[in-house]
Amino acid sequence: MRKLDRKLLRDLSQLKGQSIAIAMVIAAGIAVFVMSMCAYVSMKGGQQRFYRDFAFADIFAEAKRCPEPLLERIGQISGVATAEGRLVFDVLLIVSGMQEPGTAKLISLPESGDQKLNRLHITRGRMPESDRTGEVAVSEMFAEAHGIVPGDEVSTVINGRLQQLRIVGIALSPEFVIQIQGGGGLPDKKRYGIFWMSQRQMEAAFDMSGAFNSVTLKLAYGANPQQVMTHLDQLMEPYGSVGAYDRDENVSHQFVNDELLQLRTMATIAPAIFLSVAAFLLNIVVSRIIAQQREQIAALKAFGYSNFEVGMHYLDLVLLIAIGGMLLGTFFGIWMAANLTEMYQEFYKFPVLSLMIDRMSVLLALLLTTLVALLGTWHAVRKSITLPPAEAMRPEPPPTYRPTLIERFFPTELLPAALRMVIRNVQRKPVKSAASVLGISMAVAVLIVGSFSLDALQYLIDFQFRMAQRQDLSLGFVEPATSSVIYELSHLPGVLESETTRGVAARIRFQQRSKRVGIAGLIPNPQLFRLLDDQENVVQVPERGIMLNSALADILGAEVGDLVSVEVLEDERPKLDLEVTALVNEFGGLNAYMNKQELHEALQESQVATGAFLRVDQNLLDTVYQELKIRPGIANVTIKMTAIKSFMETIAENMLTMRSFNIFFAVVIAIGVVYNCARISLSEQSRDLATMRVMGFNNMEVSTILLGEIGLFTLVALPLGCLLGYLLAWAMVLGLATENYRIPLVVNNTTFAFACTIVLAATFVSGVIVQRRIRKLDLVSALKTRD
Amino acid sequence: MNATDKLAGATKQKTAVFRALNVTKVYRMGEVQVHALRGVNVELYEHEFVVLLGASGSGKSTLLNILGGLDVPTSGSVFYLDHDLTASEPSELTNFRRDHVGFVFQFYNLIPSLTARENVELITEIARNPMDPMEALAMVHLQDRANHFPAQLSGGEQQRVAIARAIAKRPDVLLCDEPTGALDVKTGIVVLEAISRINAELGTTTAVITHNAAIAAMADRVISLSDGQIHEVRENSERIAASRLEW
Ligand SMILES: Nc1ncnc2c1ncn2[C@@H]1O[C@H](COP(=O)(O)OP(=O)(O)OP(=O)(O)O)[C@@H](O)[C@H]1O
Ligand SMILES: [Mg+2]
Repeated sequence: MRKLDRKLLRDLSQLKGQSIAIAMVIAAGIAVFVMSMCAYVSMKGGQQRFYRDFAFADIFAEAKRCPEPLLERIGQISGVATAEGRLVFDVLLIVSGMQEPGTAKLISLPESGDQKLNRLHITRGRMPESDRTGEVAVSEMFAEAHGIVPGDEVSTVINGRLQQLRIVGIALSPEFVIQIQGGGGLPDKKRYGIFWMSQRQMEAAFDMSGAFNSVTLKLAYGANPQQVMTHLDQLMEPYGSVGAYDRDENVSHQFVNDELLQLRTMATIAPAIFLSVAAFLLNIVVSRIIAQQREQIAALKAFGYSNFEVGMHYLDLVLLIAIGGMLLGTFFGIWMAANLTEMYQEFYKFPVLSLMIDRMSVLLALLLTTLVALLGTWHAVRKSITLPPAEAMRPEPPPTYRPTLIERFFPTELLPAALRMVIRNVQRKPVKSAASVLGISMAVAVLIVGSFSLDALQYLIDFQFRMAQRQDLSLGFVEPATSSVIYELSHLPGVLESETTRGVAARIRFQQRSKRVGIAGLIPNPQLFRLLDDQENVVQVPERGIMLNSALADILGAEVGDLVSVEVLEDERPKLDLEVTALVNEFGGLNAYMNKQELHEALQESQVATGAFLRVDQNLLDTVYQELKIRPGIANVTIKMTAIKSFMETIAENMLTMRSFNIFFAVVIAIGVVYNCARISLSEQSRDLATMRVMGFNNMEVSTILLGEIGLFTLVALPLGCLLGYLLAWAMVLGLATENYRIPLVVNNTTFAFACTIVLAATFVSGVIVQRRIRKLDLVSALKTRD
Repeated sequence: MNATDKLAGATKQKTAVFRALNVTKVYRMGEVQVHALRGVNVELYEHEFVVLLGASGSGKSTLLNILGGLDVPTSGSVFYLDHDLTASEPSELTNFRRDHVGFVFQFYNLIPSLTARENVELITEIARNPMDPMEALAMVHLQDRANHFPAQLSGGEQQRVAIARAIAKRPDVLLCDEPTGALDVKTGIVVLEAISRINAELGTTTAVITHNAAIAAMADRVISLSDGQIHEVRENSERIAASRLEW
C-alpha cells in the first residue's frame, strides 16, 4: 500500500465519528432515493402487468339502460378493439356483526364465460356460476376487512328486497386496485365492497334483461381516445349516458398514479435536500482537515509530491466516505423498498407486486454521490492544490481580534470571561460560524420536511369533515328522491337535522375547452354540508349562475362574468347558458356549484335530491341504521366517523410508514450535522483549551467555552431552521400538487417543537461526547502541535 | 573521512550547483511592500556545507525557499546547474524538488499519522534512486524507533526522522531551515552531526540556516544576510566537527 494511502486510512480512522456521521447522511439521501425509485418501478411494473394481463379497459361509460344490440354498434366505432357491456349497481349491504349499512357495487360477469375486459383474478375459491342463485365473488380488500372466506354469506337490499349473497370466490380486478366509493369518498374497506355476479342473475334482480348500463372499451393501437369518446357519447346519449371517461377518471387508477407521483417526488426532493446537507458537511469537514494539515501539505509538496497527487489524496478521502455512505444507503434503500412493496400489497391489490431493483437508479445513486462529494469539497480540495508550498510552510497568520460590534454596543465586561471568549471566537470566524449555524438549521429543516405530511393530512381531514361538513351520515339515492321520501327520512326517529343536495352530471364548455364534471346544487345557508374555501371561510353558493372552483376555472379558462354553456347529461339533457358568478379556491377536485332551487328550475323538475345529509342523535344511531337498511332507493350510506377512522387506518398507515422512514433519516442527519459542528469547534480550539487547562482552569470552565459556542450556534439555528423547514415544506407541497388535489401547507407547532427537540437532544449528546473528549484532552501533545 | 580533503576538493573544482543572480523578493501586503530580498547574488558549490546567518527577518528562509524551488523570486534568476528555475513551470519545479532536493524544516513537518519509517517511505516511494528507509534511519541512529509515531518521539528525534526523510532519496542538495531552532544544545549537536555526516558521506551540497553563529564554525562557507542582502561571505579555513561546537 502506498504510504500516502496509509496516511489516508489513518486520517480516516482519526475522523471516525465524523466520517461515519457524514456517510450516514449520504446513506440517508441515497436510501430514500433508491427506496423511492425501486418502489416506483415495482409498483409501476405491477400496475402495468396487471393492466395488461387482465385487460384493463381504456374507456368507460355508464347509462340508464342500453339495449343489447347497441353494444355491437359500439364495437364498430373506429378505434375500438373490444367493447363489453355489463350491469353495475350500487346497493346497500348488510354484514353480520356490523350495525351500520355498507355499500356494495354489484358488477355483472358475462354469461359466455370469460370476461374480455377487466378480468378477475381469483385468489381464493372460484368464479360464480350463472345457474346458482346468489353466487358472487367479492373484492379481496373487503373480504380481508371482514375475514370473509368462500362459503360465507352477506345480505344486500335489492329493490327493497333483502337478498342473500353467497361468496364463492375472492377476486382482484384491475379496475379496483384500490376501492373507493365515487364522489370524493374516502377509501373504506369495511363498508364498501365490490361484488361480481353472473349477468343472468343481475338481469333478473334488477329487471334488466337484454340490457346493459355500463360499457367498457379497449382501444385499438393508435386510436384517438377523444374521438372514440365523442362517438360513444353520441351512441349512448339516448339511453341516459352521463358521458364517457377514460382511465384518468377511474378512482383506483388515479390513486395508484398519485402514489407513483408521490414516489417520484420523494425520489427527487428528499434526496436533493439530504445530499445537499451531506455536501455541505463534507465541505466543512474537509476544509477543516485541509486547514489543519497545511504543514503536512507543505512537506509533501516540498519533497516533490505534485499538486495532482496531493489533491487526489484529499479527494480519495472524500470519495471513500461518500462511496461508503452510498453503498450503505443503497442496501438500506433496497431493504426499505422491499418493506414498502410488501406494505403496498396490503393496500393496493395487485395479483403480484414483487420488488424490482432499479439498476438505473443504483447507477444514478453512485453518480449522484460522486457528484455531491466532488461539488461539496471542490473548493476545499482546490485550496490544497493551489496552496503554494512556501506559503504552506508558514503557519496561518494569527487571527486578528478586534473588539466586536456586539462589544461596542453591549458592555461585555459584565459578562463572564468564558462567555466573552465564546463571543469573540464566533466573531473571529464569521464564515465558519455561519456554516455551523446553517448546518444545524438544515437539520431542523429536514426534520420538519420529514414530518409535516401528517399535519397536512390531519388538517385536510379536519377541514373537510369537521369544519366544512357537520353531518354524521350522507346518503346517496339510486334515483333522484322526491320530497316525500326526503320528508320521511328527515323525520326518522333519531334524525336531528337534515339537508339535501341535487347533483347532476354535466359537461361544461367555455370557448373550445370543455370538462365533464358533476354540478352540486346546494341550499343557501346550509348548516350541515357547508362549503369552505382554502382560507376556511364559509362560501355561499350564489343565488344565480354557476360557481366554479378555481382549478376547474383554470382548465376552462373562464373567469367571473363569463358565460359558460352547460350540457346536462341526464334526462332531458337540456343545454343551459350560465354566467360564472363566483369562483372558489378549494384544495381538491374539479367542482361546480349552483343554487339548488335554481338548478331545479333549469332542469324543470320538482324538489328532488340525489343525496341527503343527516345529523343523528348518537344514542339512536342503531335505530337509524336499521331504518336505512330496509329503505328502498338508498344506494349508499357514508358514515363520516367510521370513514375517517378507516381512512386513517389505511392511507394514513401507508403515509406514516413513509413518514417514519423520513423522520428516521432526518434524525440521522440532525445528529450528523450537530456532531460534526461540535467536533470541528473542538478541533479548532483544542490548543486554546489545553493552554487554559495548563494555566489552571478546570474541566468545567474550559468546557463552558466550547459547549457555550455549540449551544449558541444551536439557539441561533433553531428559529432559522424552522423558517427553512417551512420553505422546504412549501417546495414539497408544490412538487406534490396534481390536478386532482393539492396538499395544504400546514406545519403544526408540535412539528416545529418536535424538530427543535430532536436537534436540541442531538446537541446535548454531541455536547456530552465533546465534553468527554475535553476531559481526555492530552495537554502535552495538544501544546506540542503547532496549529 | 577527512573534512579538509573534501573542502580542498570543493574549492578546487568550484562547480556551482546553485547560482542566484540579482534575486529580489517583494511581498505585497495591501498598501505595504516588504522587500524580503533586495538583489542577492550567491553561488552554492558542489559538496560544500554552507551556513546561512542573519537576523530574524533578514530573508534567510525566503532565499532558501527560492533555491529549493518552493517559491519564485520577484525578479532575478536562479539556476540549478544549467536549469533556469525562474523560467520553470510549477510542475517542473515539483519534479526538480522530487528528484534533487531534500528539505529539513524548523518544525519537522512530519506526517503525524505515519510512523517514522513510513514518513521516510513516503518519500522513497516517489524517488528515483532512494536508499533503504531503514538505512536512512540508521544514519540518524533511529533504526530502533522506526515504528514510533511522531507524537511518541522527542523533538530531536522527530528532527532526525525529518533528516532521514530528507536524505533517503539521496538528494543532490539538502536545505535545512533552522534544524536546531527548537532543540537544546545536546540534541542540536546530534542533529547537526547527522547533517554533516550526510554531507561528508554522500557529498550532498548542504545549506543550513541558523541564528546561532557558533554553528558557523562547522561550515565550509558562511553567508551572512542582512536586510535582504548578502552582507558577508566568509570561508572557514578549518571546519570544526559538530561534536566540538559550543554555544
Ligand atoms: N508571505 C509573506 N508575506 C509578507 N511578508 C513576508 C512573507 N514571508 C516573509 N515575509 C517577510 O519577508 C522578510 C523576510 O522573511 P524571512 O522569513 O525570509 O526571514 P528569516 O530571515 O527567515 O527570519 P527568521 O529568522 O525569523 O525565520 C520578513 O520581513 C518577513 O516579514
Ligand atoms: Mg526563517
